[in-house]
Parts: sequence; structure tokens; C-alpha cells
Amino acid sequence: MGVEGIGARVVRKEDKRFITGKGRYVDDIKLTGMTHAYFIRSPHAHAKVKKIDSSAALKMPGVVAVLTGQQLVDDKVGNLICGWAITSKDGSPMKMGAWPAMAPETVRFVGQAVAVVIAESKNLARDAAEAIVVDYEELPAVADMRAAIKPGAPQLHPEAPGNQVYDWVIGDEGAVNAAFSKAANVVKLDVTNNRLAPNAMEPRAAIADYDSAEEHFTLYTTSQNPHVARLVLSAFYNIAPEHKLRVIAPDVGGGFGSKIFIYPEEMVALWASKKVGRPVKWTGDRTEAFLTDAHGRDHITHAEMAFDANNKIIGLRVKTYANFGAYMSLFSSSVPTYLYATLLSGQYNIPAIHAEVIGVYTNTTPVDAYRGAGRPEASYLIERLMETAARQLNVDPAQLRRTNFITQFPHQTPVIMAYDTGDFNASLDAAMKAIDYAGFPARKAKAKADGKLRGIGVSCYIEACGIAPSKAVGSLGAGVGLWESAEVRVNPVGTIEILTGSHSHGQGHETTFCQLVAERLGVPISQVSIVHGDTDKVQFGMGTYGSRSAAVGLTAILKAMEKVESKAKKIAAHALETSEADIVIENGEFKVTGTDKAIALPMVALAAYTAHNLPDGMEPGLKESAFYDPTNFTFPAGAYICEVEVDPGTGKTSFINFVAADDFGRLINPMIVEGQVHGGLVQGIGQALLEHAIYDANGQPVTASFMDYAMPRADDVPSFNLSHTTTLCPGNPLGIKGCGEAGAIGASAAVINAITDAIGKNNLEMPATPDRVWRTIHAA
Amino acid sequence: MSTVKLTVNGKAVAVDVEDRTLLVQLLRDHLNLTGTHVGCDTSQCGACVVHMDGRAVKSCTMLAGQADGATITTIEGIAKGDELHPMQAAFRDNHGLQCGYCTPGMIMSAIDIVHRHGGKLDEATVRTELEGNICRCTGYHNIVKAVLDAAGRMKVSQAAE
Repeated sequence: MGVEGIGARVVRKEDKRFITGKGRYVDDIKLTGMTHAYFIRSPHAHAKVKKIDSSAALKMPGVVAVLTGQQLVDDKVGNLICGWAITSKDGSPMKMGAWPAMAPETVRFVGQAVAVVIAESKNLARDAAEAIVVDYEELPAVADMRAAIKPGAPQLHPEAPGNQVYDWVIGDEGAVNAAFSKAANVVKLDVTNNRLAPNAMEPRAAIADYDSAEEHFTLYTTSQNPHVARLVLSAFYNIAPEHKLRVIAPDVGGGFGSKIFIYPEEMVALWASKKVGRPVKWTGDRTEAFLTDAHGRDHITHAEMAFDANNKIIGLRVKTYANFGAYMSLFSSSVPTYLYATLLSGQYNIPAIHAEVIGVYTNTTPVDAYRGAGRPEASYLIERLMETAARQLNVDPAQLRRTNFITQFPHQTPVIMAYDTGDFNASLDAAMKAIDYAGFPARKAKAKADGKLRGIGVSCYIEACGIAPSKAVGSLGAGVGLWESAEVRVNPVGTIEILTGSHSHGQGHETTFCQLVAERLGVPISQVSIVHGDTDKVQFGMGTYGSRSAAVGLTAILKAMEKVESKAKKIAAHALETSEADIVIENGEFKVTGTDKAIALPMVALAAYTAHNLPDGMEPGLKESAFYDPTNFTFPAGAYICEVEVDPGTGKTSFINFVAADDFGRLINPMIVEGQVHGGLVQGIGQALLEHAIYDANGQPVTASFMDYAMPRADDVPSFNLSHTTTLCPGNPLGIKGCGEAGAIGASAAVINAITDAIGKNNLEMPATPDRVWRTIHAA
Repeated sequence: MSTVKLTVNGKAVAVDVEDRTLLVQLLRDHLNLTGTHVGCDTSQCGACVVHMDGRAVKSCTMLAGQADGATITTIEGIAKGDELHPMQAAFRDNHGLQCGYCTPGMIMSAIDIVHRHGGKLDEATVRTELEGNICRCTGYHNIVKAVLDAAGRMKVSQAAE
């Protein structure tokens, strides 16, 4: 490891612009002649749009245009789509309700756009919006999943009778029934996985700029995957052909999944820019984010786990209702199916698993992937079940886990996934040691003497990352391949540009990706730059989500690097009059092994571009590209343990300690990995203690600002004690598993297990607010 | 329309704005100081924090006119040329930022916290004082470390002056 190579704690190259206020986010960009968009949104959860009267608004100062959903239809702009096909157990396809970018006829959630004002400033657009009169005919609405599936419930889409998206199953039901029939013990649990709002700190924004001479669009947008945005906008929404649409995602202020999807606002901005012949900017405010950014989670599940007389799990049966909201967002269908039920084996040997997932439409904001996407729901369920089982079977929860850990790899689960490697005992050992698990009973007793309830909670998570082998996901219904691309350009002076299809919106790619180059070539990272987030610069890429950027994106860079190195060695060998096999790369030089003969990288690069003295037949230049398609998912796993103290008088939970022992395979920059874990843990803790996107029975959101939705703040959460155990991932040459989502996947179960341990009652829903905890403590 | 006169990052400026213009709009839209961000519109998230006459204020929650005559410092105004403010350096060195969106407000609040508490800062105080600044990326762990680190650095740099 060099000072800037793989494994080094290098401070981030990108930080200087962020700490000096020089970051360039979409809303920071101004184009000449730019207009501003403001959307008219439905105040009703379900209504017919009878009439939109914009006559007064059109006369107001600075108003350029008022555009409506009907005009989108007239211009044949496509509806939004869901790009992952799921088939129900009866063989029928999922039921996708039509989702126009602005509703011409029917609105199905509060916040759905019906029209847009384009004006000279945002304030003027907002003023005009107030003068637009929309005549709605209210329809009965349903926000609760349980109510939505009842006979006689208000119906959202004619395409989806009974408000059902799909009824999907996985696993061998017969084998599970057989296991349960011979079980010594059965543990049952009902859990709700609370709906969350992602709340990246930067609200979504878009600037669309149409060039009528070239018939070309440029879109600046808050995207985690600009190439996917371009593909979808071109192929499905009929906005522009791909070669006439440039998508730029500059600095993006967090995503957590919510900026994967292509939303109505950027579609409308593009279309409106052509209509008005000027650039159009839209920047959402926080309430619009609550109303329109895809939400996360929102499951209701009943699960049963069968054990034999030796406390070995012999079967698992799961039935989950997953709330989709009013429409199917871009990847929504895959989240409660292939990203959830395939992880239901957890870290355990479970010979038979059967899961049924019923997708439900409700008059609420669409739900899609949010940090972890399906895997937090699976992990929470399994880890709550294990804790419940330990209590019911009267065994130590850590020991019950050890009894059932998978210890042989590769391991084929009954739900598709083939775990490649891991050492679950090692991470549990590390976490137990870090928190002094053995000393807990004494601490609990002391706390009790002080009138406090002390509890400890374990959560052993596993996730599938490195998304994903294209052939595998294709066979499961994905509409895209999930490889990644890279290009390595060595300039004639020896500086290096790395073009990647990954997108950094906080993950630190501009540093970690350079560290690979430093490791391989021995050049300082200051001589390397990372180019990403612009479809005109990078040919194609699938973007950043599912903890894929290092395992997939960086491996693509490695593949391109290997090609560059191979060519550079040939050039060096030719210049040094030796054979390619004798050339080694060290500290930025190409050396002849065992001699003092060497040629520096800049001289090799210059030789490649002057082409005065290249080996016969070699093309000039030093630039290579690669597409890397992973062979398997990767399987980060770990053990989180937290110790809490609950005040029985107030129900308030305080953290005593929170330890995390993760196995992410090889770490490129441990400092950045730790940062990813910290952030994930707090999102998991936020779900467990604070966050809940709530609707009333009529579909009115009651948590649509930071005044009402409890975001974790600095004084809600502890500092963390992190450690790593390592089994290298055999599926990629760098041995990387990925670290972006682990914290959010594993943390919530640890917290609820700890609180329920403290209060001595097992049933407690998230978020475990002081009010809810107090009521649970004092319930009869 | 009114003319608002103020000193921003050491420079005297006079800006004609609509009366309803917020301070943050004046900074971002009229002066192109886009380092100050808007994250919530309800005074909760603190992405918009700047210093007015030396104290941290949320620039999304005051009218530009209220800042008439005031001295404003934004994230763009705290480094001395190429020399970072100790708080900026501490955020970088402690990995106290990821996406960077909340960072300017965090840094401006944190400087104010250190000024008010001097050398008496501890983790619990930093966490309580950061109540009004929301970060979704870092889990606050490294932000708290950075603020405590910077408090030490600022003491040293003050002693040196």
C-alpha cells in the first residue's frame, strides 16, 4: 500500500470545493434567458380534474406559459414506466397503472402535478400559480394498505382490480409446510416496516435547455444515473432521441435511491423548454420533496419460523404486503420481490423458505428504492424473528444465531442467492468483544438500581450488493443490464483521466477511484482526475446505487487500466529494447527487472502520442475502455450490537453504546468506508426511533416538512464504535463487497431488539418514539 | 423594490431587490454566492446559515431588507486566500462531509458554536448546538469530531494572532 494506494486513508480530493462554497449543484447553474417552472399540484389524494382555468394567470406579469397534462397527451409524451417486470403467481403480468407526468384526468396522490407555470422568476411563477383555478371532483381515497385490499375499497387504476399490483411468490411452499409439520417450536411475528422519506439534503432540481437549430436538449438534473435517465427519457418518454439529449448530473447533494428515478418534473422541464423556446429551471422545495420524491419501505408482514428440537431453523414462511403508493415508480416492482425476499435467509442455514408478496396501490406518494431497498426490510424481519425466537426458546440471542450461522461457502439459499464467502462468527465475535457482551448483565443490574431499563440488541445482517450480473437480473425481469463501463485516458504528458459510468453524490469516487491508479502505477492522485456525470463525456454507464460503484464500477476501471498497462509495457519494452515480460511498473516508472534501466510514465505516454517509435503495427495513443459485468452479487455482512437505556418515566431511549463489525471485503479508503457506515447507521436508527411518513385515512400527508417529519439530528444519535473483519469477495479481482447501504440495513433491528430487551416486551413497532415506548411499557 | 446596502465578505454592495426577497436569495441570485444553500424552507435544516454581524443566522428565514446595513460573511468569505479556515480544514481532515450540501451551513454554524463556547466544548455540547443543522450523509459522527478538532485549532490560531 502506497501513501495514496488501496487501503490508505486519503482525505478527499473533492472536499475543497464543498468546504469553500464552490460546489456546483443544479440550482447553482444559471443559463442565459432562463425561465422558472412552478408546478400546480393536487391538494386531493384522489380526484377528477374537471377544468383548469389559467386565464387570469396568463395575464400576470412575467408569465411565459401555463402548460397542462392534456397538452402532454396531445404532444404524445410517454407515461412514466416501471422498468422491472414481475409476474404474479397465477402467471399474469404486474398491473401497471398509467402515470402521466402531469395528470390530464385523474390525480391519485396529494402533490401530483396537473399543470406548470413557466415565468421569468420563481416568485412570479409561484404568484401566477395561485391565480390558476383547478376544478376538482373529489373521489374517495384510500391510504392504508389494509383498507385498500378490502372489497369495496376505492379503486385507483382500472388496470389493477382490487388495487393489486401483483401477488408474487418465491420458494418451495410444500417443503416449508413439511418443515412446519415436524417443527418442535414455531415462532410467529407481525411486523410493520414504516414508510420513510429519503430526504437527501439537496432538493431535486432540473434545468432543461432546448436548442431549436440543432433540435438538441441539454438536461442538468439531480441524478444518480444520468445515462439511465437519458435512456428512459429517450426510449420510453419520447422526449428526444439519445443522440439529441445530453444529461448532466453535476454535484448532487445526496441521493439514497431517491435520485435514481426519472420523475415527472424533468420530463416536463424538457418538454416545456422546447415549447417556450427558452431554458426552463425547476427546483423543488422541501415539501415538494416530501410529496413527490419516491418514499421507501412501507411493508406489513406476517412471518413464521420453524425450529427443530436443537434450535435449528427448519423453515420460514413469510407473507408481506408492500405499499406501492399511487403509481409504479421506475424500479418499484423489484424492491419488495428480488431485493427483499431473496435475502430472507439472512446469515442462516434455512432449508426451506416460502414468501408471498402482494403489491398494493394506495393514494399516497409512489414508493421505490431507498437506501438498502428491500434488504433492510428483510434484515429487520429476520433479526426481529431471531430475537423473538431466542426469547421464546429461552436461549441467548447471540448463541441462537451461532447455532444457525452458515459456515460453509459457497452456500446456495432456497431463495436464489448463492452466498460466495463470509465469516459470520468472526463479525459477531468482534461486535460482542467491542461492546463487552459478557459484562452486560452486570451493567443492566446497575442501571436497574438507578431506575433505568437497560437493554442490548443484536442484528446480524447480510445484503446482496454489487448490483448486478446482467444475465441474472435479466432473467428476473430487469429491463436493463447492470454492468459498468470505464475509460482510462493517459494524456501525452502522462496525466490520467478516468471516465466512469458511476456517479458520485457524496461517496467520494473522485478520491477512491484515483487510489486504484495510484496503487497500480505509483503516480500521485493529484495527476489523476475522475470524469463522471455527463452523457457527452462518458459513453454509457448505469450509475450509483445498490453499493455497486466500487465492486462493479471500480472493477471496470481496473479492466481498462490493465489494457492501458499492457500497451504501455509494450511501448516501454520497445523503447528500452527489452521484452515486455521484463517490464515492471514501480513509482510511475516502467523498469527493466533486475537493471537500473527505466522509462517514466510521461515519456511512455509521449511516445504513444508522437508515434515516432512505436512497435510495428501498434496504433498511436494510450486510451482504453472496458465494460465489466459482474459474475455474481456481492454479500457484505456484519454484526451490529447496541446497548440502550430506557427511562421508564418518559419512554425515552438513550444510547449507551453502538458497535458495528462489518465485512466489506477489501477496503479502498477506510476513512470513506467508515463515513458510509456512520451515515447508514443513522438512517437505520432514524427509522427505528424517529422517522415515519404518515398519511391520514383520506390520503393527506401529515409529515410534509422537517417540522413534522422527525429527521435524526446530531443530539439524537451516538458516536459509533466500528471495526472490520475481512473475507475477500471472490467474485471480483479487487475482492470488494460494497459498503454503502449496510448501516441502514442492519441498524434498525439492533435498536428495536435492544429496546424490547430493556422493557421486557417483545412487540414494539417502529418508530419507537418515547410515547410509543412508554405506552408499551405501561400496557396491561 | 428597495435598495439593500450591506457588506458581504468584506465588500460593500448595494442591491436592488423586491421587498419580499430573502437574504439567501440576495446572496445566491443577485451576488452569485451559491455556496449558501436552501434545504428546507422552514428554518430546520441550516443549509443556509451565514454570519450576520458575527452571529450565525438562517438566511432563508430573514428578508434581505432586514440585513440592510449589516456585515454578512458566507462560506465563500472565511478562508484567507488559499489558507482554509481551521473549521474548513477540520471538516476535510475528519471526513466531516460527503455530498457537501449541508456543509457550508454546518461550517458556519460550527464556527459560531466555537466562538460562543470557547474552549469549553465537549461532544454533548456540540451535538446539542448542532440541533439546527441537518445532515443526511455523515450520521454526524465525523462532523462532531471535526468541530471538536477545529475548536482546538481555532484556539491555537487565536493565540498566535
